[in-house]
Amino acid sequence: MIRVENLTKVFTSGGIFSKNTIVAVDGVDFEIKKSEILALVGESGSGKSTIGKMMLKLLKPSGGQILLNDKDIYKIKNNKEFYSKVQGIFQDPYSSFNPIFKVDRIFKLIKQSFKKEVSSSEWEGRVEEVLKKVGLNVGDVLNKYIHQLSGGQLQRLLIARALLMDVDVLIADEITSMLDASTRVDVLEALLSLKEIGASILFITHDLSQAYYISDKIVVLYKGSVVESGSIEKVFSNPMHPYTRMLLDSIPQLDRKWEEDRISVEDFDKSRAAWKEGLCKYIDRCPLADLNCVRPKLKLVEEDHYVACVKM
Amino acid sequence: MVEIKGLKIYYKTLRGDAKALDDVTFTINDREILGIAGESGCGKSTLGNSLILLKPPMKYVSGEVRLNGERLPIDNTVEMRKYRYKKISLIPQYAMDALNPTRKIGGIIKDLVGQHRVKYEEIEGRLHERLRMVKLSKDILNMYPFELSGGMKQRLVLVISTLLNPDLLIADEVTSALDVSSQKAVSLMFKEFRDEKIVNSIVFITHDIAVLYQIADRIAIMYAGKVVEIGPTEEIMKNPLHPYTKALIKSLPNAGIRHTHQKLEGIPGHPPNLINPPEGCRFKDRCPFASDECLNEPPLVEVEPGRYVACWKVKGR
Repeated sequence: MIRVENLTKVFTSGGIFSKNTIVAVDGVDFEIKKSEILALVGESGSGKSTIGKMMLKLLKPSGGQILLNDKDIYKIKNNKEFYSKVQGIFQDPYSSFNPIFKVDRIFKLIKQSFKKEVSSSEWEGRVEEVLKKVGLNVGDVLNKYIHQLSGGQLQRLLIARALLMDVDVLIADEITSMLDASTRVDVLEALLSLKEIGASILFITHDLSQAYYISDKIVVLYKGSVVESGSIEKVFSNPMHPYTRMLLDSIPQLDRKWEEDRISVEDFDKSRAAWKEGLCKYIDRCPLADLNCVRPKLKLVEEDHYVACVKM
Repeated sequence: MVEIKGLKIYYKTLRGDAKALDDVTFTINDREILGIAGESGCGKSTLGNSLILLKPPMKYVSGEVRLNGERLPIDNTVEMRKYRYKKISLIPQYAMDALNPTRKIGGIIKDLVGQHRVKYEEIEGRLHERLRMVKLSKDILNMYPFELSGGMKQRLVLVISTLLNPDLLIADEVTSALDVSSQKAVSLMFKEFRDEKIVNSIVFITHDIAVLYQIADRIAIMYAGKVVEIGPTEEIMKNPLHPYTKALIKSLPNAGIRHTHQKLEGIPGHPPNLINPPEGCRFKDRCPFASDECLNEPPLVEVEPGRYVACWKVKGR
């Protein structure tokens, strides 16, 4: 459905005299099939949002391509056509809506821009149907302004919006991180209903428990590179990369306490001393690393499970 | 030991007072990490802030707070100056983003202790030792805050806020903006600061109950301005008694749960409006067990030793 090939983004900063380049995304490949949720996880600064933005045509890649149904998205000149197939939802729902419109007007605008052929009465029926699907009560939301609704309700409205548009691809960037636990679940369930109608969903998150709860596949990013990817069941039951292992170890569980002797913090001096071009990016924090750890490539370790580590 | 008795803190608004903390009573024991959890708007941050600075529109209504038996003048912002930072220290939410970007970190610390009439030279040794404890190099004193990552800044804030060895440290959502790996490191460092007796007790405010399970000794669950349940961590997690606590714990995705195996449930409805909260139990509109007796307000009572619940439906009273 949507495929990312060798995607790269380089940011440059600084002035004429000191030019810094930051490789935010470094040759990333993955594919999301129809009716599939792919979790993109990693720490802040790992490049997950940058990938999401490039897939939404909000940021131009420095290299590589993004293929929607085998067509390069940057070759789709008609943006309206593109956005009728690909939509994004972001962290802060309050900034995603126009605050002076009521909810029913927001839905009418979708009809006006994307679904002109549908009759008004049919449209109203559809709106009701999708609201029910995401667990919202029509009377509770339709006649309200944005500030009268909760964050969880707004995120579900955005998912309802994607459902109405029959999108092929949804980019969900940290959509639950501002929500309370009690409403977070409803948003995750709404995403699953979107998956049911055949959408491909990119679920960007730093919360591994949520990623595991709803996703089919996972891509673990570290400093812009994929360190491990594959079926989420396989990666979670048998994590191979030291970074993935450390991440899974750090999840606060509800039935098991942290092992206190295994704290991993970034060590400033070590990272400055150890870092050399061409070495593994995780070398400064890796318990297994030595100076022979050259930049690893993703390798197949078992069916549907890839790892980038030379120690494997 | 900190005793909070019948504390009421309201926010003045044009439409009336929002009862953000309404008759809250509990104690924070010596050498303990007390976790406070609840949804946004439940009053958990108000509780932390009110023990440091009651800034309008926040207003003190009634109740008292005692620190080691001594009454804290929380309604008097000038009198409170004697206690702030020295006896009670607060790490507010987003503290790590509030470091002055134009000053070097060493300078920021010098200014701060200077405000409390402590010479930088007196605490310099201690500062270096504490930085070592949180695995930061002392070179960072010569750096600007923006040169540090989120996890490093949060560790630095922990060091700064405890330089004068306060009795009580209040940490408000200190790990919420961090990645799982830094979250674990920072949380465990708070625990270490308690174990090393740098601070006597810690109040750890968060919406992330899973983190509390890792480090807190006891957990208090708040809902709409009230404490609804308080007890030892293990018991709250394994055997929650209040219907709200039960629903809250049920809604958390634990690692190792897939939607195909087990469906999680959210809590339907919203928390009530705090300007005109409903009579009786504030959770009753969302509670599956609510009945007529819930029209009267349930008091927070001890149902088992050390275990307090505010619900008419909980047996054992």
